[in-house]
Amino acid sequence: MPLYHNDDQAMLADSARGFMADEGAIARQLRHFRDIQCKDGFGHALWGQFAEMGFTGILVPEADGGLGMGHVEAGIVLEEIGRNLTPSPFLTSSVMAATALSAGGDELRGRYLPGLLDGSSVYAVAIDEGPKHRPERIKTRAERAGNGFKLSGTKAFVVQGASADMLVVAARTAGNDEDDAGITLFAVPRDASGLSLDSVRLVDSAMAAHVKLDNVQLDADAVIGEVDGGREVLNRMLSAGRIGAAAESVGVGMGAFDMTTTYLKQRKQFGKLIGEFQSLQHRAAHLYSELEIARAVVIKAQQLLDGGSDKADLMVSVAKAKAGQAAGLAVKEGVQMHGGIGMTDEYDIGLYMKRDRALAEFMGDQYYHAQRVAVLSGY
Amino acid sequence: MSDPDAFRAELRAWLEANCPPEMQQPVRDEDDVCWGGRNFKFKNPAQKAWLEVCVAKGYTVPDWPVAYGGAGMTPAEAKIWREEMQRIGARPPLSSFGIWMLGPALLKFGTEEQKVHYLGQVARGEIRWCQGYSEPGSGSDLVSLQTFGEDKGDHWVVNGQKIWTSYADKADWIFCLVRTDKANKYQGISFLLFDMASPGVSTKPILLISGNSPFCETFFDNVSVPKDQIVGELNRGWDVAKYLLGHEREMISGAGGGDRMNTIGAILSRNAGVEDPLLRAELAMFDVDALAYGAMGEKFLDEVKVGKGHPAGSNMMKYAGTELNKRRHELVMAAGGTASLEWDSAASNGGGRARGWLRTKANSIEGGTSEVMLNVIAKRILDLPGA
Repeated sequence: MPLYHNDDQAMLADSARGFMADEGAIARQLRHFRDIQCKDGFGHALWGQFAEMGFTGILVPEADGGLGMGHVEAGIVLEEIGRNLTPSPFLTSSVMAATALSAGGDELRGRYLPGLLDGSSVYAVAIDEGPKHRPERIKTRAERAGNGFKLSGTKAFVVQGASADMLVVAARTAGNDEDDAGITLFAVPRDASGLSLDSVRLVDSAMAAHVKLDNVQLDADAVIGEVDGGREVLNRMLSAGRIGAAAESVGVGMGAFDMTTTYLKQRKQFGKLIGEFQSLQHRAAHLYSELEIARAVVIKAQQLLDGGSDKADLMVSVAKAKAGQAAGLAVKEGVQMHGGIGMTDEYDIGLYMKRDRALAEFMGDQYYHAQRVAVLSGY
Repeated sequence: MSDPDAFRAELRAWLEANCPPEMQQPVRDEDDVCWGGRNFKFKNPAQKAWLEVCVAKGYTVPDWPVAYGGAGMTPAEAKIWREEMQRIGARPPLSSFGIWMLGPALLKFGTEEQKVHYLGQVARGEIRWCQGYSEPGSGSDLVSLQTFGEDKGDHWVVNGQKIWTSYADKADWIFCLVRTDKANKYQGISFLLFDMASPGVSTKPILLISGNSPFCETFFDNVSVPKDQIVGELNRGWDVAKYLLGHEREMISGAGGGDRMNTIGAILSRNAGVEDPLLRAELAMFDVDALAYGAMGEKFLDEVKVGKGHPAGSNMMKYAGTELNKRRHELVMAAGGTASLEWDSAASNGGGRARGWLRTKANSIEGGTSEVMLNVIAKRILDLPGA
């Protein structure tokens, strides 16, 4: 398969680009909801428009009412989200939770998918338990109790957790903290008794929750997939989240880059446009090269994931690491090349820097993923 | 292509039947590369046999038209060919500047007669070409070149000097930039082809820091070149040169595959026993970049074949690919420690690692320096002012 978008994908990219640049624009969404101190950190009206566009069910099979598309298509939407810093539950709900739910039975899918598809529901994912991504270690316990399970433990960095109607929680039903096996995924309703959330605002104005599970009682039908066999579904959900975040990072990087090159062509100092200075030209050209490479490996990993390739895991980690590096460079160079105004809240370039920082941590930073590349390569 | 799976199966079966096992071993050094040409000495019978079966099918240049010695494959078919070659680790049957550089230029600018004659020779590995571009006073500022061709009616008489001519001492013919109008800088250069055996041509190898001499000084002393050996129009050779430079940059970038994109962490850890966690981390970060660049190379070629992508994209590939390759060899040296320092011992394969490392320093100079590549990206892709 060639590494560029086919006609259908190019059409989707066109409509996603137009939609996000208009409806999802920084002034309209990110700044608005930040400035009113919104407790969700995003707008439900826009989420409803995502549903009208079909985006909410982009990864949901057609048989379940979705568009039945793949990670290439989800990534197209995410790149535009990144470019416009559009706050939405798309990555957590429509990419990660939807991937988890696809492993659920008819009853579970019937309970949660309609709300996702029509934009009335938001779902969050609760995997990490500390400040760094470490899904290999899961201490949260689920013990059999009566007809179901009792969950106890804590979860960190649950993005939009307090806004969610349901949380996909990874818990341990067997084995030790570091064991690969013995993981089970649960669909935990937001109003379950014993579930408490402490919602905090992050640097990028998104809301995330520290979640406490204190003997949360769930029926057996809250289990997603197989008891003790959740690692495989968890891994699929992680891959979806990682490649999705990588695509969004590319969008963030491209957005920052476009702003910066535009500025280089407008700002005058020493009687010249600053874009005439070779010191800046070379840095901009290097940055362009890094972003193009990141975009190439992201589409490569998306295709491998969609095709079920056994190389997908490796390339997803390469993509997450590379996209993080490239976007990180884009926002840092962006702020520097804007000079003093790059430090002001009034200019958007700083917002790109903040979003990049949060995305870098989401589902593993470049160090985590480079380490994973080494391990998967056998050293 | 009617059915990609059938086409793939057909190629796979053909490769199985025809690619000698020796030609499925990694290329270890320069001697393993088949360059072809009048004076080429095959290293072993397998190398010769592999070239011959491929020539017969047009597989040395699979995407060239059949009439010019190719196999007439579509872009999609050629991609399957590359993938099947890579799958078994098959060596290219023929490597040559004729394939990578002159060929694309002739396909675009050559006359029908030139295409049939010269491209056929290239495809069959009969003539080995070298490139006469740089001069002692014209490196990055190539267009200032002074080698002059004086019009003598039915021929030119060429005088001047070229430098950094790769393998000029081994090549049969040269494609050469020659000034044919001293009054016009850009529109005063012609793209000429001539035999290195012509009277008045001499070469002198240049000893490099690697201890090897892949480049030469090339001297022209009243060399006679017939008028029909020009590619493109008189005084419009700069257009041909720029087009060809794009292909040269693509070649140096390693975009077509090969070891530029391979990871090194696993093999260096195994062979050298990397114990330093910081070196291991550097290797992992390198592997991330190498695999990502591999995807970029694949995307670049996919887009080139269908006319997508930016026309100046090869400059970006050249910049990123050569900087990556230099980093690769720095890490190879570091992982090997003092064993990498040996210069001529048998154990070090004649200083292979050290010499290879030094050779890569030319990557970001030859075919346009990294700094020139960044200038071109800034100007042609980013459209920055005054660039």
